[in-house]
Amino acid sequence: MATLFQGLPSSTAFSSSNKFNHAPAPTSFSGTWNNERKSSIVTVRSDARWSPVLNSATHKPQRLITNAVATKADSSLASTSSKPGHELLLFEALREGLEEEMERDPCVCVMGEDVGHYGGSYKVTKGLATKFGDLRVLDTPIAENSFTGMGIGAAMTGLRPIIEGMNMGFLLLAFNQISNNCGMLHYTSGGQFKIPVVIRGPGGVGRQLGAEHSQRLESYFQSIPGIQMVACSTPYNAKGLMKAAIRSENPVILFEHVLLYNLKDRIPDEEYVLSLEEAEMVRPGEHVTILTYSRMRYHVMQAAKTLVNKGYDPEVIDIRSLKPFDLHTIGKSVKKTHRVLIVEECMRTGGIGASLTAAITENFNDDLDAPIVCLSSQDVPTPYAGTLEEWTVVQPAQIVTAVEQLCQ
Amino acid sequence: MSLSATKFVHPITTPPSTRSSDKPLFSTFFGSNHTKLRFNKPIVVAQRRSSSAASTSSPVVAVSDVVKEKKLKSASNLLITKEEGLVIYEDMILGRFFEDMCAQMYYRGKMFGFVHLYNGQEAVSTGFIKFLKKEDYVVSTYRDHVHALSKGVPAREVMSELFGKATGCCRGQGGSMHMFSKQYNLLGGFAFIGEGIPVATGAAFSSKYRREVLKEPGADEVTLAFFGDGTCNNGQFYECLNMAALWKLPIVFVVENNLWAIGMSHLRATSDPQIWKKGPAFGMPGIHVDGMDVLKVREVAKEAIERARRGEGPTLVECETYRFRGHSLADPDELRDPAEKAHYAGRDPITALKKYLFDNKLASEQELKAIDKKIEELLDDAVEFADESPLPPRSQLLENVFADPKGFGIGPDGKYRCEDPKFTQGTAHV
Repeated sequence: MATLFQGLPSSTAFSSSNKFNHAPAPTSFSGTWNNERKSSIVTVRSDARWSPVLNSATHKPQRLITNAVATKADSSLASTSSKPGHELLLFEALREGLEEEMERDPCVCVMGEDVGHYGGSYKVTKGLATKFGDLRVLDTPIAENSFTGMGIGAAMTGLRPIIEGMNMGFLLLAFNQISNNCGMLHYTSGGQFKIPVVIRGPGGVGRQLGAEHSQRLESYFQSIPGIQMVACSTPYNAKGLMKAAIRSENPVILFEHVLLYNLKDRIPDEEYVLSLEEAEMVRPGEHVTILTYSRMRYHVMQAAKTLVNKGYDPEVIDIRSLKPFDLHTIGKSVKKTHRVLIVEECMRTGGIGASLTAAITENFNDDLDAPIVCLSSQDVPTPYAGTLEEWTVVQPAQIVTAVEQLCQ
Repeated sequence: MSLSATKFVHPITTPPSTRSSDKPLFSTFFGSNHTKLRFNKPIVVAQRRSSSAASTSSPVVAVSDVVKEKKLKSASNLLITKEEGLVIYEDMILGRFFEDMCAQMYYRGKMFGFVHLYNGQEAVSTGFIKFLKKEDYVVSTYRDHVHALSKGVPAREVMSELFGKATGCCRGQGGSMHMFSKQYNLLGGFAFIGEGIPVATGAAFSSKYRREVLKEPGADEVTLAFFGDGTCNNGQFYECLNMAALWKLPIVFVVENNLWAIGMSHLRATSDPQIWKKGPAFGMPGIHVDGMDVLKVREVAKEAIERARRGEGPTLVECETYRFRGHSLADPDELRDPAEKAHYAGRDPITALKKYLFDNKLASEQELKAIDKKIEELLDDAVEFADESPLPPRSQLLENVFADPKGFGIGPDGKYRCEDPKFTQGTAHV
């Protein structure tokens, strides 16, 4: 299987091997951790095995493609023989990151519903209460607004809490505290108090979970000044972003996705922390820039295979940082391809895509050959019925069509 | 949860005073029964107001055990020493004069927006905060000037903040409703009622965490959360009562019941207006004290704070008090009955303390006048300082949005936005 590494700073290579449902071939992992601010880790990764929970209706047998990614061997990068890394699922990666940070700093604590004895509704905090105690992994009563505020008060007085919303949608109840206190208090106190909280939880459209459990709150929170938002999509960036968010002095909202928790991948054994503000180059290309995040990354990559077969060369960027946007990575890409497609799971109105469209138009209008196309979910409360739910979110076929239209 | 700290005793009560609403207010005082402190004549028990639906008809109430004990223990009959008396007096005078000065400055156009004054409620602030160490935390609401002053924030800084100057305690960015001080552990200053209570609960949690997880010796900081009667109908209040009692957090919930939430009378808004009763429902003692009497407040405060410091958990203290001015300087204050206002004006905490000091020969007229003068000069200096302080420059606009300014992100040129020199000057386009 082709493995490769990219020497480009602030970009990572995604090497995709052929078809779906194919066990990943053993890869040799080699890479270096460059401590310079702008570089993200250079890695070699195997194909992320497609999670069985992904919509199987779109799995079709594909023609064999040996390599969907343009390879660029970079001789300047020496391959160090480091350890092979270990495989785990995304929720385990989150847990690993969390555990490492809790061991590193005794002020880091977790609070949320069922995070302690139950181990977390998606098992992200499993085993941590036994290890660190009931006060460090605090089972709260069902009072989101108040325990989020409690986390903020604890952060102001020296702790570093991680507040878990059992489902992101529940954090709507904590909107008062998140908007008024979390985002504002550093400012209204004239810089006297910092609020190093991490607010995290699973969100996004799942498998027929119903309207209220399928919400995308990134669009609701994005206007709040004073907070940062990141969305993880692979075990690798989940662990890295979790650690970065915990270490950050700013309040960070970390968006996880319900359907991605069982993604399996190999991550480095060495400690690594990713940058909260940088985007991730998933697949370099020439024809069109596709910006995406969270689960839609996988729909995009699925569509990418089809597109490659049809002769297109899409550049896929996982923006990761929803607030603020990494305009450098995005800008470089726009200047190269001159066409932008945004694929997101947010609602059409006022979503991340809408903000991104505005930001790109403002900054890179001269570099665009065509208007920006934004594919978002329908402005609809997510229906329960499977077919309706499928039509609510963007599917790979729509992405393919959009790229074809964009590239005419 | 054990209710061991509550005990049923017969209170000495006063009759309901006149209110603007046609229902008589339930106003009995269950603080100390020390005769020397009573500024009202003791009168026979009056029955509760008939509209309290679910309440029992027996005149029993929950009062802290220790309040009763304390009376018996004190060697002399006096509750304070001379030094303490002067300190308390000075603090209350500072609060009163400061607020009066605020009103003046507001009408002269030096400060703007919503300004909520504390006149009449000084006994609560002084009574509680003077028992705190510097490391203890205070969380307040928008009526926070006097809490800030009592906690130790210099009058200069508070006045500057009100004027919106860069030398204010929050660099002019907070204003009247958002007073913060890291040095004096004042955690705000919140504009929406109730949203400070979870923050206070968090500070108390932090204190418990430091003691039990980090095993820091001497980590026994107590948090005081001040809020009003209107807040006691808000969900955050109840959620925090639950959590504080559940985890035995070192916090005291101080309700400044001044009977009015802007124009909404406490009786019209609350099904059971006796707020102290809600404490035992969550497993903590609930105490009702006369908030116009600083010495009574002190007694209760001392015990509640020490209880929290010992790790025995939270207390809910309802202080019945009154604000002499309107809700804010923009409030015409037309709804409150003048008779009610007159009644409480007659119970001015400062007048009462003065009388106590004179009656017990703890201070002379001259000493108190000297304190008055000292405070007046302090305030003149504060106003002058605030007047002469500079306004915040443009470059200050974005400085405190993030503790780590990398949060502004990476610009199109690849550099972090905060590294752009124009950014720190405030002229960059963001």
